[in-house]
Amino acid sequence: MSKALRRDARRRAWNVRAVILLPALWLAVFFLVPFLIVLKISLSQTVIAQPPYIPVLDLAAGWQGVKDFVAGLSPESYGLLGSDDLYYTSYLRSLSIAAFSVAILLVIGYPMAYGISRAPRRVQAILVLAVILPFLTAFLIRIYAWINILQRDGLLNKVLLTLGLVHEPPIWLSTDTAIYIGIVYSYLPFMVLPLYASLEKMDGALLEAAADLGCPWWKSFWLVTVPLSLPGVMAGVLLCFIPIVGEFVVPDLLGGSDALMIGQTLWTEFFLNKDWPVASAVAVALLLLLIVPIVIYQHLQVRALANDPGKAGL
Amino acid sequence: MAADETGDEAAGGTATSGPRAGFAPWSNPNARPLLRLEGIGKKFGDIAAVEQLSLDIHEGEFFALLGPSGCGKTTLLRLLAGFEQPNEGRILLDGEDIAGVPPHRRPVNMMFQSYALFPHLTVAGNVAFGLRQEALPREEIDARVNAMLALVKLDGLGARKPHQLSGGQRQRVALARALVKRPRVFLLDEPLAALDRKLREETRFELMELQRKLGLTFIIVTHDQEEAMILASRIGVMDRGRLVQVATPPEIYEQPNSRWVADFIGDVNLIEGQLASAGPEAAIVSFGAGRLRAAQAVDAPLGAVVWLALRPEKVRIAAAASPEPSENACSGRIVEIGYLGDVSIYKVKLDSGLIMKAAVANLARQVLRPFSVGDPVALSWPADAGVVLTQ
Ligand SMILES: Nc1ncnc2c1ncn2[C@@H]1O[C@H](COP(=O)(O)OP(=O)(O)OP(=O)(O)O)[C@@H](O)[C@H]1O
Ligand SMILES: [Mg+2]
Repeated sequence: MSKALRRDARRRAWNVRAVILLPALWLAVFFLVPFLIVLKISLSQTVIAQPPYIPVLDLAAGWQGVKDFVAGLSPESYGLLGSDDLYYTSYLRSLSIAAFSVAILLVIGYPMAYGISRAPRRVQAILVLAVILPFLTAFLIRIYAWINILQRDGLLNKVLLTLGLVHEPPIWLSTDTAIYIGIVYSYLPFMVLPLYASLEKMDGALLEAAADLGCPWWKSFWLVTVPLSLPGVMAGVLLCFIPIVGEFVVPDLLGGSDALMIGQTLWTEFFLNKDWPVASAVAVALLLLLIVPIVIYQHLQVRALANDPGKAGL
Repeated sequence: MAADETGDEAAGGTATSGPRAGFAPWSNPNARPLLRLEGIGKKFGDIAAVEQLSLDIHEGEFFALLGPSGCGKTTLLRLLAGFEQPNEGRILLDGEDIAGVPPHRRPVNMMFQSYALFPHLTVAGNVAFGLRQEALPREEIDARVNAMLALVKLDGLGARKPHQLSGGQRQRVALARALVKRPRVFLLDEPLAALDRKLREETRFELMELQRKLGLTFIIVTHDQEEAMILASRIGVMDRGRLVQVATPPEIYEQPNSRWVADFIGDVNLIEGQLASAGPEAAIVSFGAGRLRAAQAVDAPLGAVVWLALRPEKVRIAAAASPEPSENACSGRIVEIGYLGDVSIYKVKLDSGLIMKAAVANLARQVLRPFSVGDPVALSWPADAGVVLTQ
């Protein structure tokens, strides 16, 4: 009997492994392999050839080919990243734009999510739909639409002039303000949805309990609502921060050309300078930079799962 | 008035009924109630959850609200806590209308049926929450929290989070969190409903002890009549938003004021008949061929339809006597026997077709009962056993 049990357990272990295998395979094929290729290119040198870098792995030459290939690799491109402060400043710029955008997103997104979660059930569904509605049109088209709105005789300036708020039409396009408008507009759903998810499942009795214990509503917002929505805040912040750091389209279409975000720098290296190794080195460095918040996010997720209050019936 | 009982070391075991001997402020017409409800009503759309409800509750009382599901008990507590506003009537606390006072400024605390513990705070943090809102010095908060945790036997668990506690422990945290505020009125919404039977019975006595030690006024909602009987100094029975009777547990049980209350509290035989004569000390109800005598005055015209309510344990059962006596007796056959261990319930079908129940304590340790199904038996009871109800 115990043998049968053990066989059962072993079969179950295999089932679990099979379930994990699929996403693992997916990650290997579409993330790990491309990453290794990029890593390899980042350790190569530029040449004017096809492909535009050496060494190229020549498997036909056998073991000697592999040895030659490894000998040809060098971390030179990374040295370049450190020596030219173009890279360093565009990394910093990306981080600061991302941080500032996330702060704006939080300030706008939290009240929105809070309002939706307090609305009557049926209205909630409509409001959530409204939040995700923009996804139905292509991202690029929406950013082009912003170019229209922000240009000198665009909608925004017309409204401002009509209202008499300005006398001269201000310049919006090619400014940081335009970048922020574009980013906040594009990423708002990614902030609102996780916030809404965590606010929506909060038990209303907790707020009544807080009031009952002598806490006015504005104080219980800080003492109860906000702490309980922190997992949602974290999810929203990271969900926005990580892709904003690498954002290319918005700064490229709406921003100016004097200061670049790291995504633009990468694009320039790749397509204009045809320097694949440096472009790859930029990409690898960006990934390493982002791994820190990703790991934090992962850690919080695990903790949230372990702390699952559903288990305790709270 | 009642607060000087604080030092009283009440042992849990002796409590056959909740209240302290001689504690009956409600029968003193000059006593000022702590809480007075004047004709309050609350509607949700078309549903009247609470209707025309008036009630006085005195300092130091342990008041139980008892009623079937959906009769408005929770709504009444929420009106007192300030989460709902009455559509009509007034709520007076210490003689002052508290209509405009928001929940966070009422000296009233509530223990929620779901406990509503803050999952992000520790046990100590939960208990300290209310005191922090009063901006008390830190040392005092710590001291009061620790004393309260000790009182509810949770010392040593202060650093845990609610999800790391058992159901019984969570219940105590909820209790401690509200009690530490020393509320003028403490509202408990089915505080024991989520506990298993054994724990519930233990906790009942602890609740009584806590109430006596702290000298506070408790209003507890329950739909467990046994719980209400044991705990309460007075019980208010509710039905469809109205209070149908307010009295001490023995009064509710022995002198229900309607068939509904008699039937809701405990088991009862209801015998319908006509009022044949009514004197100051005795009433006769004619019922088929028989006459039932009750030792009480009845306020109804002669000939009116009335009901005699008779608790099963007050009915005597005997082997059928030949010619049946005419008063407070009837005969029939046993149709069902329910053996409960301590008592047996005999269901007897009378010759008129009415089914009566008699509960007999199983005093002897014999396996064979004196009667079996189908036996002819005679039922009888003394004149002071039943109560005549007019509605
Ligand atoms: N917020 C509300 N909106 C609409 N109707 C409500 C609301 N709260 C309560 N009711 C209704 O009011 C009535 C009384 O409800 P209440 O919760 O007070 O009952 P209860 O006596 O506490 O019942 P239970 O013993 O099941 O807890 C019910 O008919 C209920 O459906
Ligand atoms: Mg209820």
